[in-house]
Amino acid sequence: MPNLIAKSALFARTPLTLSGTTLAEAQVGQTTSVAAFAGKLPEVTAALGGFPAPNTVLGNLIWTGPEQVFVLGQTPDLTGLAAVTDQSGGWAALRLSGPMAADTLMRLYPLDLRASHFPKNTCARAPLGHMQSILIAEEAGFLILIFRSMARTAWHEIETALQALTARAAAI
Amino acid sequence: MRLTCPLCGTRDRREFYYSGSEDYLNRPAEGAPIEAWDDMLHLRTNPAGVTKDLWYHETGCGSWLLVTRNTVTHAVLATELVAARKGGAA
Repeated sequence: MPNLIAKSALFARTPLTLSGTTLAEAQVGQTTSVAAFAGKLPEVTAALGGFPAPNTVLGNLIWTGPEQVFVLGQTPDLTGLAAVTDQSGGWAALRLSGPMAADTLMRLYPLDLRASHFPKNTCARAPLGHMQSILIAEEAGFLILIFRSMARTAWHEIETALQALTARAAAI
Repeated sequence: MRLTCPLCGTRDRREFYYSGSEDYLNRPAEGAPIEAWDDMLHLRTNPAGVTKDLWYHETGCGSWLLVTRNTVTHAVLATELVAARKGGAA
């Protein structure tokens, strides 16, 4: 097998910084969906070393639905315990960090993203505009997983919202 | 309008897909007369008041919900996971 050159969803686009808030493409590497078979959740939890509560992140495990997680990085052998599918090439990752991150995303997500309501290690499957996404709260901002085919649209939406907030701040 | 997903908390209506009456949960037994199937598929009441229907948390966690709401006041009275009901889980 020749060693092919993998291209990221946004071709390593130059990060955008407005109002001290930075939008950048992120690389999350190997991504695997693990959906426990009926009645196998205890075994899957043991194999993964834990299982996140709904809408939370536990280490490299991201809750994505009932008895279902995304695993970043290596996945143990779960033969007979769970439906395991490689998601690596299908998703783009964007990181928005800085003081205006929450306000910007609250223009696009119908969620309260203030740190008091959406603290670090909270995650949500929620719509970014009309696009399905997985939103993860980090230390200083958010990691957004979006279908790869929608990466540029997502970037544009977030960029426009950030520009609008920046312009409003300058006008006041 | 907001619906409370038992897993995700209160979420905006646009995250949900409306499927239809809760009658779809009550399938006739095997060998039931054709009229019972016809009722399940097609016969609906149209209450002015409390009604129960199925919603899908489409851009959220992917759960099916049974929502009790009032068609007159628009109040959402209760939500529960279909999977948590007896015989509901796969």
